[in-house]
Amino acid sequence: MSAPKKIHEPPFHIVKRPAIAPWKALLIRAIAIAAALAVSSLVLFVLTKKSPFEAMRLVYEASFGVFNKNSDRGFFAQVFTGRRFWAMLQDLCMLLVIALAVTPAFKMKYWNLGAQGQVLFGGLCSVAVMFYLSSGYWETHKALVLLLMIAAAVAGGIVWAVIPALFKARWNTNESLFTLMMNYIAIQLVSCMINVWVPTGSSVMGVVNQNTQIGWLPNMTFPEAWGMSPSAKNYFFNIVIVLVLTAVMFVYLRYSKHGYELSVVGESVNTANYIGINVKKVIIRTLVFSGLLCGVAGFLLVSGTDHSITTGLDRGYGFTAIIVAWLAKFNPLTMILTSFLIIFLDRGASDIAMNMGFNESVGDIITGIIIFFIIGCEFFINYRIVKTHREG
Amino acid sequence: MSTPAIVLKNITKTFGQIVANKNINLSVDRGEIVALLGENGSGKTTLMNMIAGIYFPDEGQIFIDGSEVVIKSPKGAFRYGIGMIHQHFKLVDLFSAAENVALGLKEKGKFDIKEVAERVRQISGRYGFDIDPNKKIYEMSVSEKQTVEIIKVLYRGANILILDEPTAVLTPQETQKLFAVLRNMKKDGKSIIIITHKLHEVLSISDNVVVLRKGEYVGTVKTAETDEAQLTEMMVGKKIALNIERSEPEESADRLFVRGIDLTNHDGVKVLDDITFTARSGEILGIAGIAGSGQKELLEAIAGLQKLDGGEIVYVNPASGQEEDLRNKTPIQIRELGVRLSFVPEDRLGMGLVGNMDIIDNMMLRSYKKGRSVFVERKGPRELADKVISDLEVVTPGPTTPVRRLSGGNVQKVLVGREIAAAPTVLMAAYPVRGLDINSSYAIYNLLNEQKRKGVAVIFVGEDLDVLIELCDRILVLCAGRVTGILNGRDADKSEIGLLMTRQSGGND
Repeated sequence: MSAPKKIHEPPFHIVKRPAIAPWKALLIRAIAIAAALAVSSLVLFVLTKKSPFEAMRLVYEASFGVFNKNSDRGFFAQVFTGRRFWAMLQDLCMLLVIALAVTPAFKMKYWNLGAQGQVLFGGLCSVAVMFYLSSGYWETHKALVLLLMIAAAVAGGIVWAVIPALFKARWNTNESLFTLMMNYIAIQLVSCMINVWVPTGSSVMGVVNQNTQIGWLPNMTFPEAWGMSPSAKNYFFNIVIVLVLTAVMFVYLRYSKHGYELSVVGESVNTANYIGINVKKVIIRTLVFSGLLCGVAGFLLVSGTDHSITTGLDRGYGFTAIIVAWLAKFNPLTMILTSFLIIFLDRGASDIAMNMGFNESVGDIITGIIIFFIIGCEFFINYRIVKTHREG
Repeated sequence: MSTPAIVLKNITKTFGQIVANKNINLSVDRGEIVALLGENGSGKTTLMNMIAGIYFPDEGQIFIDGSEVVIKSPKGAFRYGIGMIHQHFKLVDLFSAAENVALGLKEKGKFDIKEVAERVRQISGRYGFDIDPNKKIYEMSVSEKQTVEIIKVLYRGANILILDEPTAVLTPQETQKLFAVLRNMKKDGKSIIIITHKLHEVLSISDNVVVLRKGEYVGTVKTAETDEAQLTEMMVGKKIALNIERSEPEESADRLFVRGIDLTNHDGVKVLDDITFTARSGEILGIAGIAGSGQKELLEAIAGLQKLDGGEIVYVNPASGQEEDLRNKTPIQIRELGVRLSFVPEDRLGMGLVGNMDIIDNMMLRSYKKGRSVFVERKGPRELADKVISDLEVVTPGPTTPVRRLSGGNVQKVLVGREIAAAPTVLMAAYPVRGLDINSSYAIYNLLNEQKRKGVAVIFVGEDLDVLIELCDRILVLCAGRVTGILNGRDADKSEIGLLMTRQSGGND
C-alpha cells in the first residue's frame, strides 16, 4: 500500500451555521431573488434579444395591468379597476386554498401528493349536483343547490383524501404512491363523466346552467359600484372565502389542540406514542380536514370560476401548492406571499411567451430558474462555506 | 527513533457553536496500541472520524509515515491504510462473512468468493480470530459481527486500525478474546487506536493513553507509568470521590409489582423473560446491565408502550390502597386510572421531547389535553417552563428556544423537570445522566433523591456501576432479558454486579 502522491486540500469546506440573524437570512433571500432575476433576464435576452427591463415590464403588467401615465386616475385606482389585477388575485386564491389544504398533512410529514385528485373529485361531485339539479323546483331554490354543491364537494374531497389515509394508518402503506394513483383515478373519472353528460362525444363540457346560473356563486354588485373592475364581482366570493380559510388554518395550526397533536406526530411518532397520542386517529382526522379543504377548492373552481369541469380543473396547482407550502415553512400567512410570488411569475412568464411567440414552456423555464434560486438559498441560510486555512 | 505511523497535530473541528475537538495532538507508532480515553461526549469519535475520512478537520494537520496527507473520504483513508471499526456495524445481514468482506472491493480479474473465504481464513489464522467465512451475518453473535468488521479492514490491507468502543457490546470473555487478537496484530506491526472509557481495559491493553476532556487534549501518558486514579483525574479534571448522597428510605411501601412479564420483539427474540420485582415508595431502585439487556423494553412495558406476552404489572394507589392492573394499557388509559407515572426515556429528543419545538411547547406535551377547549392553553406551560429554567438552572436564551438547540445536560433538565412537575408516584429514568457533564449529572442525582424523599418510587436505569452503588437503595441486575439478581445498594460490590451482568450469556452460550 503506497500512499498516493500529494492530493490538494479542498480550498473550501461546509460548516453548519448556528442560529442565523434574521436580517442575514433576509439578505441572503434578497440576493437569491436578485440573482434569479439576473439569470432569467439573461435567458430571456438570449432567446428574444429584448432588454431585460422590457421583459420585466411585461411580467409586472401581467399581474398589475398597464399603467397609463396620462390618465387622471392615480396608480392604485388604475390597478384596482384593472381586470388583470383581479384575475391575478383569483389565481392566487385558488393556489392558496390548495396550499392550505395540503399544509396540515405535510406538517404531519404525511406526503400527500393527491391534492389534484382531491380537488378534481370534489369538483366533479359539485358539478354533478349542478348538472342534475338544473331545472324546475331548483330554479327558485338556488341557495339550496349551492349548499348541496358545497356538501357534495366536501364529501368528495374527504373520501378521496381519507382512503389513502386509512390504508396508511391500518397497514402503513406508502401515502405518496397511493395518493398519486388516486389522482389518475380522479382524472379518468372526470373524463368518463364528461362523456356521460355530453352525449355528442366532443368530450368538452360546456358552461353548465349558462342561462339560469343555478349553482353559480352570486355576483356581487358593490365592488363595481365602488369603482373596482367588473372582474372583481366574479371573483369576490372566492377571494373572501379563501382569506377567511387562511386565517382559520393559521389559528388551527398554531392554537388548537389538533394542530399541536399533528405537529408532534410530524416531528416524532415515538414522542406521540410516549405521550399517548392516538397516531392513527390523528392521521385520519388531519386528512379529513385536508380533503375537506380540497373539496372546497374544487367547489370554488366549479361554482365561482369555471361553471364547468375539465380534467385540468385544478390548473396544476395540486402540485404547485406543495412548493407554496414548503416555501412558506407551512405558515398560512406566509403562504399568501409565496403563492403571490408563484402566480406573479407564472402569469408574467406566460404573457412573455405569448407576446414573443413562444409556447408556455418558456414560462416554465423562467419559473423554474426562480424557484431554483429561492430554494437553493436555504442551503446558505443553514450552512456557511469556510475557506480552509492551514497552520504550520 | 522511527517515524510514527500516524501523527495528528493541532486538529480542530466545530459543529455550529459546539467545539467538538480543539487542538488535539496524537501519535501512534508501528506495533503500538494507543487508548483514546474520555467521558461520553469528549470528542473521541469525532476525532477518529476525521482520521477515517468521514469528517474533515477545520484546522490542523495529519501525517502518515512522516508525510502530510489530506484525507477527504473513507476511501481516501483506506488508501493510506487506515481502517475504522465503528460502534454500529455496517454489514449486510443476508450476506456471509466472506461476501461482506468482498463487498465494494474492485479487484481485477474474476470474482472468486472461495478465494476471498480462503484469505479470510488466513487472516483469521494469523491473528487468532475464530470465524466461519460462510456463516451469514444474521446468524452471528455481536462479537462475531465485530470480528467480520475487523477482518474487513485487515483484508483491505489496513495498517492503522481504529476501534470505536469495541468492548461496549462484548462480555468480559469476549473482550479477553478481542484483546488477544489485538496483541497479535500489534506483534505484526499494526498500529491500533482503541476508544474506550473503561479504565481497566485501558490499563490492560494499551501502551500509551491519550486523554480528551470536553473536546480538548489533556495529555498523553505511558500506560506502564500510570494508574486508574491518575487517568480518572485526567479524564474528569479533578479527582472525585462520587459522594452522592443517599438517605434512608422513609415509610417505604410497595408501589409497583412486576410479576413474571414476558416480551418478544419484532425479530422474535425474547427481550424480557419472566421479570419479577417490586418497586417501593421512597426508594431508588437501580437497574444495571450491559446495554440492550432489556432495560428499555422493561420501562416501556411499565409505561404502556409495549404489548406483553404474559405476566402482570400492578400499581398500588398510595391514597386508596387500591390495586390497578396496568398490563397492556395505553399511556392515556394508565393516566386515566389516576396513576401518576413519569418516564424519562433514554432517547430524549426522539421520544421524551420534540427537538424542533420550544421549551414551552415541550412542557405542554404532558398537559395540553386538559380542559374541554379546542384550543391549547399556553399560560400554564409557560409558567412551568420559566419555573424549570430557574429551578434547574437550565442554560437557554429563553423559553421559546427550540430544545434541540440546548446542550445535552439542559435538554435533560427540561425533560426531567417536566416529568417531576407532574408530581409522580412512580418515576422511571433511563440513563438520565448519559452524555452529561459532572455538574449536570449531580443536579440530576439530587433531583432523583429529592423525589425519593417525597415518597416517590424511583426506578433508575444506569450504566455507571459506581453511581448505581452509591445512589440506589437496591440494585436489580438484568442480563439478556432476565433478572439475575437484586442486591442491596449499601453493601453491593462492583465485581459482584459485573458478574451478574454477564452470568446469563456466560452460562448459556
